[in-house]
Amino acid sequence: MTSTAVSLVELGVVFLGLGILGHLASKISLSPVPLYLVGGLMLGQGGLVEFAGVADFGEMAGELGVVLLLLMLGLEYTAAELVTGLRQSWMAGVVDLVLNMAPGAIVALLLGWGPVGALVMAGVTYISSSGIIAKVLSDLGRLGNRETPVILSILVIEDLAMALYLPVVVAVLAGVSILGGLQAVGISLLALTIILVAALRYGHVISGVIDSPDRESFLLKLIGAALLVAGIASSLQVSAAVGAFLLGIAISGVTAENATRVLEPLRDVFAALFFFVFGLNTDPGSIPPVLGVAVALAIVTSATKMVTGWWAAKRQRIGPLGRARAGAALIARGEFSIVIAGLAVASGAVDDGLAALASAYVLLLAVVGPVAARFIEPIMRWLRRGPAPASASSRAGA
Amino acid sequence: MDVEETPLPGIGIRKEITVATGRRVGVVIHRDGRSELIVSRLDDPDASLVSVPLTVEEAAGLGSLLGGAQLVAQLTAEHRDIPGVRTEQALIEPTSPFSGRTLGDTQLRTRTGASIVAILRSGEVLPSPTPDFGIRTGDVLVIVGTADGLAAAAEILHPR
Repeated sequence: MTSTAVSLVELGVVFLGLGILGHLASKISLSPVPLYLVGGLMLGQGGLVEFAGVADFGEMAGELGVVLLLLMLGLEYTAAELVTGLRQSWMAGVVDLVLNMAPGAIVALLLGWGPVGALVMAGVTYISSSGIIAKVLSDLGRLGNRETPVILSILVIEDLAMALYLPVVVAVLAGVSILGGLQAVGISLLALTIILVAALRYGHVISGVIDSPDRESFLLKLIGAALLVAGIASSLQVSAAVGAFLLGIAISGVTAENATRVLEPLRDVFAALFFFVFGLNTDPGSIPPVLGVAVALAIVTSATKMVTGWWAAKRQRIGPLGRARAGAALIARGEFSIVIAGLAVASGAVDDGLAALASAYVLLLAVVGPVAARFIEPIMRWLRRGPAPASASSRAGA
Repeated sequence: MDVEETPLPGIGIRKEITVATGRRVGVVIHRDGRSELIVSRLDDPDASLVSVPLTVEEAAGLGSLLGGAQLVAQLTAEHRDIPGVRTEQALIEPTSPFSGRTLGDTQLRTRTGASIVAILRSGEVLPSPTPDFGIRTGDVLVIVGTADGLAAAAEILHPR
């Protein structure tokens, strides 16, 4: 067989396998992300079989996957929602940031991965998976709950924080000085402000340029704009992903809804490949040594997310059960932890153990998070001895 | 009565009222137009007892049914002095042959003697509709007539 033929066969097998894994995940109502990672781990270096032909295409496709992931994240929110979210819950956002970045950073320092490793691990443990959480809340019928807006606004702030965090990480990983890092933050802060203001005032203009009644040309324009903006952002050292995220915010209204619809299948294909490639590049043999650390980190950062959610919900005068639900819902980590770890690994500026630790950590919490969200209520009721209507009395005191 | 509106970033918006029994009752409206009917628990007012997903048509139908009950009661009271005249409401289902056609097409008054006095659509009352009024799925027709006339009208709108 020619090398093209081999690559095609291997890619075919990979996509078929990912499809089966995805189906399995939806059967047991689990996020497919951890299963894609496992798939990659099994087929990569040191895995069951080695799939070398996929790697070249996989790298570029994974890169595209990240751009599409962030573009669609930006499309999810309107600029108005971001601004209100920021105004109402910035304090919860700060608590979330401090409590959840600290454990990752401390563990990385203890493992001797230096300040760069600490910065990366801080991001990995900080960012909850908005994809997993939105789905869990909807599946559990909790969209009508009072604590749900609290959870969602924390997620909004985390995603906004990513727009500032990613450029810093990219700059630091590239080995630039503190000044260079600050410059990257400056550029992305400026870009973020301009985009938010522009989207609030002239969102329809930006949307109008991209919009097209014809589905095919609309899709091509979208992809073109996303890659162009991502490329420019990347050349300015602000991370391609952030450029795509900002473009997503700028596109609004009906155009954003249509864009979500046409991009979804593409995002699913390329993002799946991104998670798979991340697993592929991680040696499964490197996981057992860090498993203990991953479990400890998962336990600690589950607790810190519980505290974050509890505190934020309490501030909104929500009862103890709702506070517990808010905390447990935030535990899930997923796609963006891997995006951050992926950036670090690709740069080669961090310890090899980081990919293994991030994989094990996300595998644990992507599975535990939804389970915790589901069972926190019965556990709380049991702890409180039966379904006591405790919220009414405690609300008066809160 | 205050309608409390809460934005749900990335999902849509929630609109709810607190009813006399203390429950929150309302809807979550998704970006794509789907909606969910939500009712809060009594023992934990922060949580939802149910959240029922509704299609656009179902939501419109439910809204009209709720709005219609009051109007029908009012019309019934007005017609109390005329024996044999009743008021009924008919929800247009997707199976109705007149969904997507005009009121005139039904020839309801000619065929049954009953008349359509109002139409409820998306929570709005449209009084005294003309024959060229277009009927849609989810509309509720408020019909006044005799018991026989109303039965015949129901049969025309939704033949068995």
